[in-house]
Amino acid sequence: MNWLLVWPILIPVLTAALCLLAWNAPGLQRTLSFLGTFVLLIGDLYLFAGVWEGGVQSVQMGEWPAPYGITIVADTLSATLVVLTALIGLGVAVFALGDIGVERETTGFHPLFHALLTGVGGAFMTGDIFNLYVWFEVMVIASFGLMALGCERAQIDGGVKYVILNLIATTVLLVAIGLLYGVTGTLNMADLAQVVPQHAEQGRLIVIAALFLLAFGMKAAVFPLYFWLPASYHTPPAAVSAIFAALLTKVGVYAMIRTFTLIFTVGQAYTYSAILAVGVLTMLIGVLGAIAQNDVRRVLSFNLVSGIGFILIGLGLGTVLGLAGAIYYTVHHIVVMSGLFLVAGVAQRVAHAQGLDALGGLYRSQPLVAVLFFIVAMSLAGVPPLSGFWPKVILVQASLEAEAYIVAAAALVTGLLTLYSMSKIWSLAFWRAKPEVAPQAAPGILDPGPLGAGRKAVLLTPVALLAVLTLAIGLFAQPLLSISERAAVALMAPDAYITTVLDEEG
Amino acid sequence: MNSVILHTATRLLMSLILMFSVYIMFRGHNEPGGGFIGGLIAASAIVLYSAAFGATWARQALRVPSMSIAGCGLFFAAISGVFSAFAGSPFLTGLWWIPHLNIEVHLALSTPLLFDIGVYLVVIGAIVTIALEMEEAED
Amino acid sequence: MENVLAIVVGILVACATFLILSRDLIRILLGIAILSNAANLLIFTAGRVTRDAPPLVPGDLEVPAGAYANPLPQALILTAIVIGFGLLAFALVLSYRAYVAMRTVDVDAMREAEPPYPDQSPPTGEDGRQTPLRRRGAAGTPTREAAQ
Repeated sequence: MNWLLVWPILIPVLTAALCLLAWNAPGLQRTLSFLGTFVLLIGDLYLFAGVWEGGVQSVQMGEWPAPYGITIVADTLSATLVVLTALIGLGVAVFALGDIGVERETTGFHPLFHALLTGVGGAFMTGDIFNLYVWFEVMVIASFGLMALGCERAQIDGGVKYVILNLIATTVLLVAIGLLYGVTGTLNMADLAQVVPQHAEQGRLIVIAALFLLAFGMKAAVFPLYFWLPASYHTPPAAVSAIFAALLTKVGVYAMIRTFTLIFTVGQAYTYSAILAVGVLTMLIGVLGAIAQNDVRRVLSFNLVSGIGFILIGLGLGTVLGLAGAIYYTVHHIVVMSGLFLVAGVAQRVAHAQGLDALGGLYRSQPLVAVLFFIVAMSLAGVPPLSGFWPKVILVQASLEAEAYIVAAAALVTGLLTLYSMSKIWSLAFWRAKPEVAPQAAPGILDPGPLGAGRKAVLLTPVALLAVLTLAIGLFAQPLLSISERAAVALMAPDAYITTVLDEEG
Repeated sequence: MNSVILHTATRLLMSLILMFSVYIMFRGHNEPGGGFIGGLIAASAIVLYSAAFGATWARQALRVPSMSIAGCGLFFAAISGVFSAFAGSPFLTGLWWIPHLNIEVHLALSTPLLFDIGVYLVVIGAIVTIALEMEEAED
Repeated sequence: MENVLAIVVGILVACATFLILSRDLIRILLGIAILSNAANLLIFTAGRVTRDAPPLVPGDLEVPAGAYANPLPQALILTAIVIGFGLLAFALVLSYRAYVAMRTVDVDAMREAEPPYPDQSPPTGEDGRQTPLRRRGAAGTPTREAAQ
């Protein structure tokens, strides 16, 4: 069991290393990439099964006992998220076979992709807050590479904004960790959970908590700090923006959920109300931004920001039901957002156009693409019985129970506006006849060439699987709901987490 | 750069710098040094070579793609943590193997050493890639 | 000693903030470099500045004899320096590429990825005149009076 805990880190590292060794052999890299994500998914499923049956598991790296060494911990939340990481990784790896050209493959797409998965997996699994910073950096540097890969003008422009704001965010995180270490003298998250509530200087800890909120908020793209996301996520190839949209912001959200339920249990009145306010603003501003955009993937980027707001209100409510809704929403959002970005990439590619003003007639010319888009888009909008409906119901119910009526109203309005934004894409890009204007390619976006039938099948298979998945977790909501509830209960009462980590050496 | 002095000096210095980098790397376990700084020194040798003879010749002298060197290092570093599986210890536990040689040399082979070699190679690969990329962009 | 270092960290952060708020990409990167150094110094200060023996365990003991200096902040800083070095190197390469692609280091003029400003031009200064894009390598040094 010990070894399954390092699986989400070890397998992508080895895959990345082997892909680097096969630098000049793109065909071999493709095979390795596919096999790597497949093996990762199998191991992560076993890990999840083990955690589901046996509770929280932990291992001390290099046999250095906690709280001095680095601990790898898996509870229900992190096990669920690593399974999803592997699942989306597999889907995007298959999509990338048809989407990423040879010129990107020979300049390091596959190694960077697996380095990204390593960073994400490490961030979900670590039990040490400085180690969390390191995994953030692994993830960030791999995403920098993926963002700039290909060096198209738009990519470089988006990349500059992405890189600068993420560099500032990680530095803020480093400052916050340094201050926390200075005040408490420990970096192990379970140990911090014991030290922080008993610490004499609560005021300082609340300030540090605010710094963590700022740093993770920048990573998660919440309201006043999200500008880097819509400026950059639509510029790289669809496979890259899909994996970014599915995972990167979620790591920020995960870190926020983890630190604010486990460590910063002091001053929750301040921090949770701040998170709640930020969440409400994020979801409203995000969806309003989405309505104003033209480029399809920019519309989706703003919807992504809006979804982060939903997750945050679940955390900000501070109840088990709210957290369960947030976790359910996270799972739903990972699946749906990657699906949407992938299908939008296919649509933009077959239509040779980026913007809603130039797209059109896709329902007639590409019925399968249209149906797949419709399923995932309606799921994002929260139309029953798709997967977006249940977490929204839970979140609205949780906010009503907490008597946060404004939050409930904001969530409902956001749901409505999301539906509007999705139907706008549907009616403009798919339903109406193709507009007469000459399709003008966005500046700097390479035309990847015609799309053969075989390649299109490769592109659409992962999208179809994601669409089936969102249908499945919508129609059979109970298993995921019980997972979310168990994860939420464990987060609100983290005794098992703390004792598992700290008693490991005893 | 077309300078006889630089060409001749580079040929001489290359071997010295590379040897020194290996020495620094092995020294690193108990004294100042280590894989990172050793890798930087070795990378500086290759950067010097490319400054003297040009990036194309530097790539040729490496024989393998520079990122494959980093990949090899990453593989060593990752696999060094896996050996502890055979000893029943968690990931990255240090294992030591001191063979008895009938000579006066104390030889200690360990997984931390393998990890350090991995770091050394990763640093060489990454720095050389960036440096050669920059140098080619200037041309 | 901690107080002095804390003031130094504060000054560094102030300089970094000033530089990051600039429109020039190179200044922003310099600001980030200073900010990450400030963060490293902060960790160093947070780990308490002491004059003690190095944290080495003598061969015949299990724990060091007597008081010893805290080695952890240095390990943390070393990690942060290495990571910061890598990130900054990447950011420099990227800015160079951006300059080559767009012939400017003015971040306000970089609108390739986003829709252009409504009037198709970069924002104007307070007096209504257009702020000059700073083009390195073009004829003449950038003029400053329009920006004031």
